[in-house]
Amino acid sequence: MATTLDGIPNEVALAIHRRMVRIRAFEEYVSELFLQGKLQGFVHTYIGQEAIAAGVCSLLDDSDYITSTHRGHGHAIAKGIHLNQIMAELFGNVTGACRGRGGSMHVADFSLGMLGANGIVGGGFGIAAGAALSAKYRGTNQVSVCFFGDGAINKGTFHEALNFAAVHDLPAVFICENNQYAQFTAGGRTTAVNDLAVRAASYNIPGVTADGNHAGEVYRAAHEALNRARAGRGPTLLNLLTYRFGGHYVGDAEVYRDKQEVEKRRALDPIPRWEQALNDARILSADEATTIWAATRQAVADAEQFAQDSPFPQADTALDWVFTEAADR
Amino acid sequence: MSTKRMSFGQATVDATRFAMRQDERIIVLGEDISWGGNFGQFRGLLEEFGPKRVIDMPISEAAIMSVSLGAAVTGLRPVASMSFVEFTFGAMDEIVNQVAKFRYMFGGQTSVPIVLRASDGTMRCSASHHSSSLEVRFAHMPGLKVVAPSNAADAKGLLRSAIADDDPVVYLENKQMTAKRAPVPEDDYNVPLGSATIARPGRDVTIITYSIPALRALEACAQLEAKGIDAGVIDLRSLVPLDMTTVLETVAQTRLAVVVHEAWRFGGLGAEIASQITEALFKELVAPVARVGAASAPIPFSPPLEAAVVPGVSDIVAAVERVIG
Ligand SMILES: Cc1ncc(C[n+]2csc(CCOP(=O)(O)OP(=O)(O)O)c2C)c(N)n1
Ligand SMILES: [Mg+2]
Repeated sequence: MATTLDGIPNEVALAIHRRMVRIRAFEEYVSELFLQGKLQGFVHTYIGQEAIAAGVCSLLDDSDYITSTHRGHGHAIAKGIHLNQIMAELFGNVTGACRGRGGSMHVADFSLGMLGANGIVGGGFGIAAGAALSAKYRGTNQVSVCFFGDGAINKGTFHEALNFAAVHDLPAVFICENNQYAQFTAGGRTTAVNDLAVRAASYNIPGVTADGNHAGEVYRAAHEALNRARAGRGPTLLNLLTYRFGGHYVGDAEVYRDKQEVEKRRALDPIPRWEQALNDARILSADEATTIWAATRQAVADAEQFAQDSPFPQADTALDWVFTEAADR
Repeated sequence: MSTKRMSFGQATVDATRFAMRQDERIIVLGEDISWGGNFGQFRGLLEEFGPKRVIDMPISEAAIMSVSLGAAVTGLRPVASMSFVEFTFGAMDEIVNQVAKFRYMFGGQTSVPIVLRASDGTMRCSASHHSSSLEVRFAHMPGLKVVAPSNAADAKGLLRSAIADDDPVVYLENKQMTAKRAPVPEDDYNVPLGSATIARPGRDVTIITYSIPALRALEACAQLEAKGIDAGVIDLRSLVPLDMTTVLETVAQTRLAVVVHEAWRFGGLGAEIASQITEALFKELVAPVARVGAASAPIPFSPPLEAAVVPGVSDIVAAVERVIG
């Protein structure tokens, strides 16, 4: 297998790129839809953070588990849920990943190990630990990855779950997408430590900080953590530094940060950086990249069409799936 | 079926053991459980099934619940001990926002087979943090089933059904009940969820209740009998699903009903049941449905104060006499 990029197989490097493009194209499109009033509810976009979901999920099998957050579209796409199903879920259609019961903040596909985006900040820590416990109990080689934000790290559930996962050497990786903000509040104002990786010391597990806007660095950090997990040596805390280019949600006036700060960060956009790296390594030409972008944007537009053509759920099904019926077993 | 006298705690160990022998996916987790639990409800499980299946948890109620959830949606069937029911508040976010909603909000992709065990009710003046009855908190939340047995036999049968059920079941074990012995079927034994039982038939008035107040209601019936009143008792056993069929059929005959629980009367399950009876049988009722429940104060420590807040046998007798008029 050719590996021009510092140990990353070429085809994996390309897959990471395609995933990043898919996330970016989807999120830009969805932002437009929301601003046009075509989508209800809240939409939190992943723009700027794509290298993390794409890099990490390139190392996972369908049978591996992830837990996600309110900012979950990127994770859903990277774990392989079809754009049509995600888009239809955002529209509340019966063809959506959760048949319209979930919406943007609750996209899931259990058949792909995607255990749900989650509207409760910090909700995923224990679920990921439980999935890891289950993998270990069943003697499989599965791992469980928990994506969470720098704001979520202050929840008690972070401590409760990491301690438990560490005590049992569970095959879990806890990945902080440190985008510097929790809603409107910069991290430094509410978090006592600057380097979030030091918190790993409390659990006697490795804590690693890496550039979350560099797909290669994400890949290497995740690779080591996942190997450790699969080898039965326990969890790792990764602190991946990144930045969200959009507001907290689509429509956020962003009064809490100035434009120059965002512009400065845009220079570190993970997608052009990775395209440049692939180009330098002669894995991806500029023409090829253009083709990928065009095809992906078309796939996103098709997803909207799929959603527009899909029906809403019938009102008389509103009480389905509160409990398990005999017929579901 | 041959029976054996055993305590409520032993009966639940028995049910768990039958389940765990049959199904490798069942694990038990909670604080201090390898020591047998506060009421012996886990005694012997570690010895038989080992630490892989009987897991001592850190004092992290949120972790107990969320780890159970993660395990439940990936192939295991956790029985989670939350110790005293008040401690569930430390995991209420996980219980209400995750466990109860996971199946529905993800469009039926997964079931959540968890049994949440918790000890509730008053016992020997345990004071405000160890005496509450919180069933309404759970019963109110769509997606959770709730059971509250009143005797060792039902304790065994309901726990067996709860563990076999694919949905989250909150299993409330009253603390005063845990020491009480009763004949329990020795074999594997199931009581289906959602089926009330007529603990005592009665022609004049129907007392509807569950958990330890069911025993108090039976005592009240004996006193009422001496006064020439033939009162009956329905033991609901399950609160969700709620067997209103049995309740309505019985009350349609007696035309008088009293609902009794140890939880606070205000906003208690009695209000829901009284309301449903009234909606269905308004014209048949001879008097408004009466409710007996705790007065609206945190459960106090001092013995006379505890007795003043928590309803006893005499409160049930008085309520029955009131509705009979
Ligand atoms: C328990 C809980 N508290 C508060 C919120 C409101 N809220 C939604 S997102 C958010 C900020 C989260 O910040 P972070 O974890 O850094 O994630 P990011 O949005 O930056 O991806 C808050 C406070 C919530 N959804 N859940
Ligand atoms: Mg953040």
